[in-house]
Amino acid sequence: MSAAALLRRLLLAIPTLFGVAVVVFVLLRVVPGDPIAMMVPGEATPEDVARLRASYGLDKSIVVQFGLYLGQLARGDFGVSISLKQEVLGLVLGRLPATLELAGVAITLALVCGFALALAAIFWRGSWIESAVDALNSVALAIPEFLWAMLLILAFAVLLPLFPISGRIDPMRATEFTTQFYLLESLARGEFALARELLGHLALPAASLALPLTAVIARVLKASLQEVMVQDYILLARVKGFSDLRILTREALPNALLPTITLTGVHFIFLVGGTVLVELIFAYPGIGNMLYGAASNRDLPLIQGVTLVFALLFILLNIAIELTYSLANPRLRR
Amino acid sequence: MARNALRSLARNPRFVFGATVLLTLVLVAAFAPWLAPHDPMAQSLLDQLLPPRWVKGGDPAFLLGTDTLGRDLLSRMIYGTRPALLVMVLGATLSGLAGVVLGMLAGFFGGWLDTLVSRTVDTFMAFPPMLLAIVLAAAMGPGLTTVVVSVVLIGWTRFCRVVRGEVLALREQEFVTSARTLGVSRARILFHELLPNLLPLVIVLLGLEMGRAIVVEAIMSFIGFSSSGLATWGSIIADSRSYINQAWWAMTYPIVAIIVAVLGLNALGDGLRQATDPVLQR
Repeated sequence: MSAAALLRRLLLAIPTLFGVAVVVFVLLRVVPGDPIAMMVPGEATPEDVARLRASYGLDKSIVVQFGLYLGQLARGDFGVSISLKQEVLGLVLGRLPATLELAGVAITLALVCGFALALAAIFWRGSWIESAVDALNSVALAIPEFLWAMLLILAFAVLLPLFPISGRIDPMRATEFTTQFYLLESLARGEFALARELLGHLALPAASLALPLTAVIARVLKASLQEVMVQDYILLARVKGFSDLRILTREALPNALLPTITLTGVHFIFLVGGTVLVELIFAYPGIGNMLYGAASNRDLPLIQGVTLVFALLFILLNIAIELTYSLANPRLRR
Repeated sequence: MARNALRSLARNPRFVFGATVLLTLVLVAAFAPWLAPHDPMAQSLLDQLLPPRWVKGGDPAFLLGTDTLGRDLLSRMIYGTRPALLVMVLGATLSGLAGVVLGMLAGFFGGWLDTLVSRTVDTFMAFPPMLLAIVLAAAMGPGLTTVVVSVVLIGWTRFCRVVRGEVLALREQEFVTSARTLGVSRARILFHELLPNLLPLVIVLLGLEMGRAIVVEAIMSFIGFSSSGLATWGSIIADSRSYINQAWWAMTYPIVAIIVAVLGLNALGDGLRQATDPVLQR
């Protein structure tokens, strides 16, 4: 992708973000319900309520409110959370690393397991291993992540208590982190016991996100490997006397990668969207959980902030994925 | 012709499986008051957390056991088919209707209408589905209406994108261009020429969407955004999560029910298409 094309994609994101802002704004203002009434104590006078309403700009017409809001956004000001009384942008950015670590661990898990399954199925093709991989794929794909999360809780937290089912870190542990990227930081500091505990907390949420994607990766990679393995150059490699393992990993795999990369990109976006639900189920303190808290309190600025950050994340990921395609596919490199 | 179609349907195992699941759901929901041994909301402090009947300590009066409030789990499962079915039918039909109509209009007329619809689809796809549902619940408050509306808001884009693409391809085909040259009205082309060709696709999407709607209902009642006064599969999952260490089995019933329902509905759509699509019959 050229610099001009990249710039054009970034500019195209603006109308989408504008649309997101409109949809959320309209959804939240048109329907009845009063966030101010929820935040004042019972003894507040009507004047107090009116003053508070004015301080959040809620006394003006919807169009004026939206205009003011857009003006703030353009200056990078996401407003102040009604329930937490802090800057929205700071709150969301403080929680975002937790969500990114969850998504990162999940995609790594999906890639490692997906590749291992596909390679194993092709290496031992025709054997029971291939049938087992196929069966596993169909099951993993058919069950949505919500139910996987519940099944994993049943299996690995109740019947076989291996992993904790809530939170990001043991609340009794008194560790100070300088960044919000706990896992990366503990690895960088060489504190592997801490990293193992963080990974233990991530295991079940990441696995429920990764399972459907593992199946997608394994299925597509297996299909492309099957196509590649019957080509002449593989036969030539065999005639040359290369080992089966070398043929599979060094000769076939590089040529079978492209469809997998494409599809992994698309599904990674779904995975990031899925963190909202998985964070709720496992009480994992990322932005999904923050959104839930904001929604329960009708904290309008915070809801809008989380939504916009998520939409921006989606758009940036889409662009990053397109960049990866053009790097991975020589035909798109101009 | 019709008899042939019926016969190939009856021979299609996916359709038979899916139809059985759907029929069971409908019958259980319709006859819930006669099938359920207890009132699904009736609490009994003497019968808390009973295990299923076949486990030691089980009570024959409570086949699948009870929850922490002593409510009969079997009755709650049976009554839970009602909200599931309602959300499934209403949610899938409405999102299908909205998506197909908008997708057909956008694909057929093109121009500014197409741009508007496509941009709106892009905007909705820029939300993670759960985020949209939570924002909606914040706005509308919890309830079954909220669940149905969120199914529609999440689902219509899937129909719209696929149908628009299909119409773009179909409208260049000869049967459409010849209808045009014959002076057939645009409305007639849309509904008599294009719609029948879209149906097999829409049927599959409807099957998938019905399965998704059941999952969305379960998720929404799990996080407390569905109706709180009803016995729903999701609320059983949510309740049982709090006492999972005392009675793990309570969670398995709704999970199994949802998985079977989702697999059945997906198979139903697939089977219907396989049996009705002439191209796949060869």
